[in-house]
Amino acid sequence: MTILTFTLILLAGAYLAGLVGSLTGLGGGVVVIPLLTLVFHVDIRYAIGAALLASIANSSGAASAYVKEGITNIRLGMFLEIATTVGAVVGAMLAVYTPTNTIAILFGCILLFSAAMTLRKKNQVALTDGSRTAAFLKLNGNYPTQAGVVEYKLKNVGAGFSIMTVAGILSGLLGIGSGALKVLAMDSTMHIPFKVSTTTSNFMIGVTAAASAVVYLQRGYMDPAIAFPVVLGVLGGAFTGARLLKKIDPKVLRYIFCAAIVFVAAEMMYNGIQHKF
Amino acid sequence: MNTPHKTKGIADRDIELLVGRLLRSGVITASCIVLIGGIYLLLQNGSSAMPSYHHFGGENASYTTFQGILSSAWHLNAKGIVQLGIVVLIATPVLRIALSLFGFALEKDWLYVIITTIVLAVMLLSTIGGLKI
Repeated sequence: MTILTFTLILLAGAYLAGLVGSLTGLGGGVVVIPLLTLVFHVDIRYAIGAALLASIANSSGAASAYVKEGITNIRLGMFLEIATTVGAVVGAMLAVYTPTNTIAILFGCILLFSAAMTLRKKNQVALTDGSRTAAFLKLNGNYPTQAGVVEYKLKNVGAGFSIMTVAGILSGLLGIGSGALKVLAMDSTMHIPFKVSTTTSNFMIGVTAAASAVVYLQRGYMDPAIAFPVVLGVLGGAFTGARLLKKIDPKVLRYIFCAAIVFVAAEMMYNGIQHKF
Repeated sequence: MNTPHKTKGIADRDIELLVGRLLRSGVITASCIVLIGGIYLLLQNGSSAMPSYHHFGGENASYTTFQGILSSAWHLNAKGIVQLGIVVLIATPVLRIALSLFGFALEKDWLYVIITTIVLAVMLLSTIGGLKI
């Protein structure tokens, strides 16, 4: 296969990954790793490097719009980024000592967890009495809805912070944004309305990924010939996905995607156990 | 937003708009550089055989150190240009934090100046520790 053919196929695949990733809220990274390793048989370390870049591109692209609309809670994001960036650096360091098969199995588990998270009941009610820590840290906020501006408060700051550290470690270790874990910390634990959780999670993913991306760049995990079609494809797919989102019923999509992701997760774990990476 | 400094000077909303604009321009700049480098790469090597990515070899110093990337991009090396675009992409979120720090300082929100400084310090430590400058 020539480089041109490989680039064009990868570009199309990455476009699809960005499209599906943005429509389901899982981001590009989760789709890019199985695509590269299972379809193209690329070493998982190159795939992790490419997936981190896809996460940054996807997050920065989408976050610019959400921030403008005033849904993202930037103080909350900044506070929790202490946990995710420290975690991400630790995760990137741990990755050297972790065998690639273990990474593949762990990645499969995260995929299964992410699939379950997209099917779960979402927290839509704004909390009216938050904790004192949340008030001290000025984490309570408001966001615009069709019915007007909604004020919300939050609680369980410590627990949310701990889950965010785990999300950061996994993000550094596996090269993904850990969006599902970030949403779990904010939505289920801190009781933040779902829309604020997802947009703030998206806003944070770029920073978490960038924290470990430098470590991976220096280790030579980022190959320009792989990165170039992946970054452009995922970005293009994400832009199309953001437009399509208004026309497609996300519920149907979510079920189809969950089935697909369970299949991919099983294959990743099987290959990991068989030492095929 | 709920800021006591709404009437005088900068408010949360201004920071949000600035951050949004920075993120967008960073991504657009990065993808333009990556696109130029990528097309150039294909024009040069498009018809040669695909390297084996099945075995991990790692990139050499021209694509893994800041100086190496800058110098290979300067010498119009296609892979160097792509890698420069990637550095811009990675730098965008870091710049976003620096910009927020500036915004919180203008708002005189010292608690968040401290929080943002911690995040920025972690990012810079990872950058300096990661990039062999």
